[in-house]
Amino acid sequence: MILQLNGEQVYYGTGSGHWKKDAKSIVFVHGAGFDHGIWVMPARYFARHGFNVIALDLPGHGQSSGALLTSIDAMADWVAQVIGAVADDADAKATVIGHSMGSLIAMNMAGRHKATVEQIALLGTSAPMPVTSLLLDAAKDNHHAAIDMTNTWSHSQRSIMGSSDNPGVSNIHAGERWLERAGESVLYTDLAACNAFDAAELPPVECPALVITGGDDKMTPAKAGIAVAQMLPNAHVANLPSCGHSMLTEQPNQVLDALSGFILS
Amino acid sequence: MSDGEHRGPKGLGFDTLSLHAGQVPDPSTGARATPIYQSAAFVFPDSDVAVGLFNLERAGHVYSRLSNPTNAVLEERMAALDHGVGAIVTASGQAAIHLAITTLLSAGDHIVASRSLYGGTHNLFQYTLSRFGISTTFVDPRDFDAFTQAIQPNTKVIFGEVLGNPGLEVLDIPQLSKLAHDHGLPLMIDATFVTPYLCRPIDLGADIVVHSATKFLSGHGVVVGGVVVDGGTFDWRGKEKFPTLSQPYEGFHDLVFAEEFGPLAFITRARREGIRDFGACMAPMTAFQILQGLETLPLRMQRHVANALEVAKYLEGHDMVESVSYPGLESHLDYALAQTMLPKGAGAVFSFELKGGRAAGRTFIESLDIFSHLANVGDAKSLVIHPASTTHHRMDEASLLASGIGPGLVRLSIGLEDPADLIADLKKGLRGVEKSLRKPS
Repeated sequence: MILQLNGEQVYYGTGSGHWKKDAKSIVFVHGAGFDHGIWVMPARYFARHGFNVIALDLPGHGQSSGALLTSIDAMADWVAQVIGAVADDADAKATVIGHSMGSLIAMNMAGRHKATVEQIALLGTSAPMPVTSLLLDAAKDNHHAAIDMTNTWSHSQRSIMGSSDNPGVSNIHAGERWLERAGESVLYTDLAACNAFDAAELPPVECPALVITGGDDKMTPAKAGIAVAQMLPNAHVANLPSCGHSMLTEQPNQVLDALSGFILS
Repeated sequence: MSDGEHRGPKGLGFDTLSLHAGQVPDPSTGARATPIYQSAAFVFPDSDVAVGLFNLERAGHVYSRLSNPTNAVLEERMAALDHGVGAIVTASGQAAIHLAITTLLSAGDHIVASRSLYGGTHNLFQYTLSRFGISTTFVDPRDFDAFTQAIQPNTKVIFGEVLGNPGLEVLDIPQLSKLAHDHGLPLMIDATFVTPYLCRPIDLGADIVVHSATKFLSGHGVVVGGVVVDGGTFDWRGKEKFPTLSQPYEGFHDLVFAEEFGPLAFITRARREGIRDFGACMAPMTAFQILQGLETLPLRMQRHVANALEVAKYLEGHDMVESVSYPGLESHLDYALAQTMLPKGAGAVFSFELKGGRAAGRTFIESLDIFSHLANVGDAKSLVIHPASTTHHRMDEASLLASGIGPGLVRLSIGLEDPADLIADLKKGLRGVEKSLRKPS
């Protein structure tokens, strides 16, 4: 679906669902360099289960136009604005689910846009979310090494070797192509925003939260995710053993089970 | 920081991927080899999961026409070897081409193809697809102006083989890729003769790769199969020219594959529609046998190309041989391009022209002991065929020449035997020709 907001195009996937005024809404927020497509499976699942789905392309990503947003605060404000615009209701509420950088946006919204956020699910999260200068420098130069680092470090050893749950798909090569599609400076701007994120500046998060960690996540190690959960008063953790940071492609069914257990219960 | 200072992690090497990609030891039994899942269908744990599998919400297997765990290992391995985002294995190489073409094209669409194609592909494009409203213009694979001039408003793909048939023209994939992309078209390449060991077309700019796995990939002449590999490189989003990927698909509640599956759009549509509806799936036993072949692909290809070069050099120096067409020889028009595009070797299939025409070809073939006379290539055993007396026997000499097939043309597929024995066998055949030519008619 396409929405015009502040003179720019906002693209979001609906999971092939149709907007229902009285239904609950779920917003999916992608990670650095990606777009809404990584959410295709949970988006379709929750649409079928009666939710309004808004799987967003952040500005300058996928099919959303507009300047890249340079801070997690700015991204969170933009997502909150989009929720109101899609629902045509400034008081609209939603569950916000984010992966990696998207998890920081969800967490930020839960602290700074409390009236909008009902609950959050954080996949592959860490606060702070430091990014090595090796990666930042390569991304700043729009060098392919940045994609190689991000992609390789985002996959577990099992996933690098193969054995995808999704028949016939090479997750490592799909991840590479996905990042190659991002426009110039997209990966760097996103990674820099993650690197600068400071959870200490956030107002306290009070809503229910689910933290999904990957046992073989090298980007946001499981212990970092557990530490995030410990910062939140009402959080529980679902750990996916042997799963890397790219959990939506590595273990899509286990991610879906964790999300549906949290949201449908 | 300068460009050269950035270093990303290196992926696994080709030999490692040939053995491991797509498979880990079976978690329930510990089996190291890929198990053969000889099952038509797979149990749903509950109704919601069943719906989820059909509705693209969950990953998994439903029915072996759509996917099968043994086939999936082969698919993922081929995707890894070809640097693609995904693959689908099919009942034959022909089925792979059909699946790839019909995923993109519909009645009224057009293909621009190299005219140096495997005969089966030529038949499919020229005669069969045209019955369904898909037309093809064939052009000289070395003539890029001809490719450009052949492109029509309804052209949807450019197609060629890495090594042409029977002239072994080397297709300049980087240049053709640029031409295709400048016209907003994807480039589809048949890489059967080279395998990903000798050439990865996706790395050179191709978007979709097809293989006959019957040949070098399986390597032992015991199975028939095909593979489609999606490079994930072509962005179909918003392109009205490709409605199967860029427009809503009623079959999945108006899902737009290009919008929802990113770089996996093509291969997802091919599985969710093409292999589902046309049904030319691979048997799991076949996938297992091809996997056995892939484990030794690097070793076999090294020997195949080394033997081929040695045999080609021998033939080139023989008095009874008019010419040898092998891009590994300096005499071939595309030798320089082959050195760039195929640095590990120019394949193991080539043709040569015997002096003495059609009769000489027949005599030659019937004099051989080690080479097997049959219509296949890419076996571990060496193979030979004389098109003028077999596959093209109905053609007169003028028609043969128009197809690039001389009356004395012999095609060899060089196997893994001791090269000295192969040369001795060929020497015997050439002696037989020599004798027959000396006989008074």
